[in-house]
Amino acid sequence: MFNKRKITVLGIALWLAMFAAGCKKKAPPPPPPPPPAPVDTAKPAPAPRPAPVVSQFTAEPTSIQRGQSSTLRWEITGDVSSVSIDQTIGAVQNTGNRRVFPSDSTTYTLTATGPGGSTTATATVSVTSPPPPPPPVAPTPTVTLEQRLGSDVQDIYYDYDKSDVRGDARDVLTRDANAIKGILSDFPNASIVVEGHCDERGSAEYNLGLGDRRASSAKDFLVQLGVPADRLKTISYGKEHPQCTESNESCWQRNRRAHFSPGQ
Amino acid sequence: MKKLVCVAIASAGVLLVMRAQIREEIDKSGGNRPTIAIPDLRGSGEAQGFMGAFNDTLRADVTSSGMVKVAPKTSYPLSIPQQPSDFIQPPPVVETPRGRKGQTPQPANGGGRWMSDWSGPPVLANYLAFGYTAPQNGVLVLYGWLFDLSRGTPANASALNKRYIGSLDEAGARKVAHEFAADIVALFGGQSLFGTHIYFTSDRTGHKEIWVMDSDGKNQRQITHFNSISIESSPSPDGAKIAFTSYARGNPGIFVFSVDPVRDLRFYNQGASVNSSASFTPDGKQIVYSSSAGRCCRIFIANLDGTGFRPISSLSSIDTEPKVNPKTGNEIVFTSGRSGPQQVYRMNMDGADIERLSDGTGEAGNPSWHPDGQKIAYAWTRGFAAGAWNIFIMDVASRQYIQLTHAEGKNEHPTWAPDGRHLAFSSTRAGRNQVYSMLADGTQVQPLTTQGNNERPFWGK
Repeated sequence: MFNKRKITVLGIALWLAMFAAGCKKKAPPPPPPPPPAPVDTAKPAPAPRPAPVVSQFTAEPTSIQRGQSSTLRWEITGDVSSVSIDQTIGAVQNTGNRRVFPSDSTTYTLTATGPGGSTTATATVSVTSPPPPPPPVAPTPTVTLEQRLGSDVQDIYYDYDKSDVRGDARDVLTRDANAIKGILSDFPNASIVVEGHCDERGSAEYNLGLGDRRASSAKDFLVQLGVPADRLKTISYGKEHPQCTESNESCWQRNRRAHFSPGQ
Repeated sequence: MKKLVCVAIASAGVLLVMRAQIREEIDKSGGNRPTIAIPDLRGSGEAQGFMGAFNDTLRADVTSSGMVKVAPKTSYPLSIPQQPSDFIQPPPVVETPRGRKGQTPQPANGGGRWMSDWSGPPVLANYLAFGYTAPQNGVLVLYGWLFDLSRGTPANASALNKRYIGSLDEAGARKVAHEFAADIVALFGGQSLFGTHIYFTSDRTGHKEIWVMDSDGKNQRQITHFNSISIESSPSPDGAKIAFTSYARGNPGIFVFSVDPVRDLRFYNQGASVNSSASFTPDGKQIVYSSSAGRCCRIFIANLDGTGFRPISSLSSIDTEPKVNPKTGNEIVFTSGRSGPQQVYRMNMDGADIERLSDGTGEAGNPSWHPDGQKIAYAWTRGFAAGAWNIFIMDVASRQYIQLTHAEGKNEHPTWAPDGRHLAFSSTRAGRNQVYSMLADGTQVQPLTTQGNNERPFWGK
């Protein structure tokens, strides 16, 4: 049973193979074998002819900014039948020059061909990006109020448990007053917040009051120097926003301050 | 010179009296506190899973009450009675005929199943708390007993025999433990702090917000979500509202919230760069606070909605932290810089008769009334550098004070518990600022918070 079936399968396969072969185009007759190489012993081999010589292929200058040009110069000597340069330049004279405007760094390859063979040479032009053009002149000041306050207005510092403006702080506040007047005229809709801060030693509740007194005394001083009062606000942070948290006098002094920040 | 000596002796005498008063108040039995044995209770079935929390709570509450001494567990016998029927009188010791003459008979020993096992050495307890818990109809039931071991037999020893019901979870187990402990402490004249709350400020979310917790530090819950600076919380006498200060709307201003549910009751802030440090009057109908209106800062009083405000103190310096006497309602303690560095003062409700209470040395602040209206707790730097705060108690009439903390970090914001025997305060003794409780004699200091910085506790209902 098994054998019978195997034979049937083989038979079908054979028949299919024959049918398939019958469908195939008739294969062309095989090409004739190559003729034997002619034997010419009478003539001596000619002396090989030298390939062309590239005596110059340069780019001048070798480095340009994008949009500028560079000049390729070349000179080919010897037995030359054709000279070409790649990068879409194509065939050229044996001697010549060409201005090129590559947008990216490019290597040019010159190929000189003669009966004696061909010679290549390369020249590279490197291209750098030009600096960005200057922006147009801004119609309004580009620094923010916060930046102006940060650069032009200095914090002032207080003695422990005191809110009066001490001697060194009066000089600073006098300079601050001029700066603030300028800033307020540059930002006609802005107001400035005078923040009062304290060191960590007093009680938190008392320091809320002390910070308020510090902010108020700084504001009063500025108003006396002509800063419009309605554009200065005060807020006390007590000891809730320390600049530093070390328990030493230098940190405490940094925290006993009035600071100026932008109002809403 | 004689006069000076007399004054010195007199004030030393008052000081001793005050110490004794505080001691007496904490320890009403006059130093001879009864000893109570509290073996771990067990729970049947599902209840056993919550017994760790139950036993910790029961033991902590009874211990921290300061009313009794709790016998150390290591001295307890092995058999722990769970109900009165577990007590079995051991057979009397029969002296064997071979016993030597003069040998005292061993006391009857039931290994824990007889009262003398607890009243005798090594436990030497006067009382035994015992019982068990069980789940019953979906709730947790605690059967609790307290035996007076001096009464001899189980039949008449029961000083407390009560059933407590809570939810079948850890919170329920803590609740019944608090209630059982409250009943035990009450038998000795103590007032349970179960059900009281401590409001405080925490920065654990990255911003200072108002939080509340139980008196043992459990169930810490955030009340405000301003993502700003919210501080100085102070509960109303009935515990239903809190007043606090927040920068949520720009300048520091006062807010009044209901606690449950949390709701803004809209306190009207008078125009000022700072309105702060609010607290309720004892009738709960008004609020006293500090305002920079005009110039910083005077004490004001206003209605609960902020209307009808008027100044109490006249402008002199920075006046803040007003607290009305909870007993009399007719005087205010507050902090002021009117004589130089900040000190604690008192005045009448109309602002008259201002007197300085702290003696002018160092800096003083954070006054908090004892419920009796006679003493205050406060923070003082006396004897230390500026910023080195310690907790003191002062008898207002005599101006005598005692110091409770001793330069372990900064110790600030003392606040009396409603029982008048405990204080909460904040301290940097372990690094960051945390809230602690202690007995009013400075003992039994317990940390209540661990996450972030926690400060300015205010203990209320």
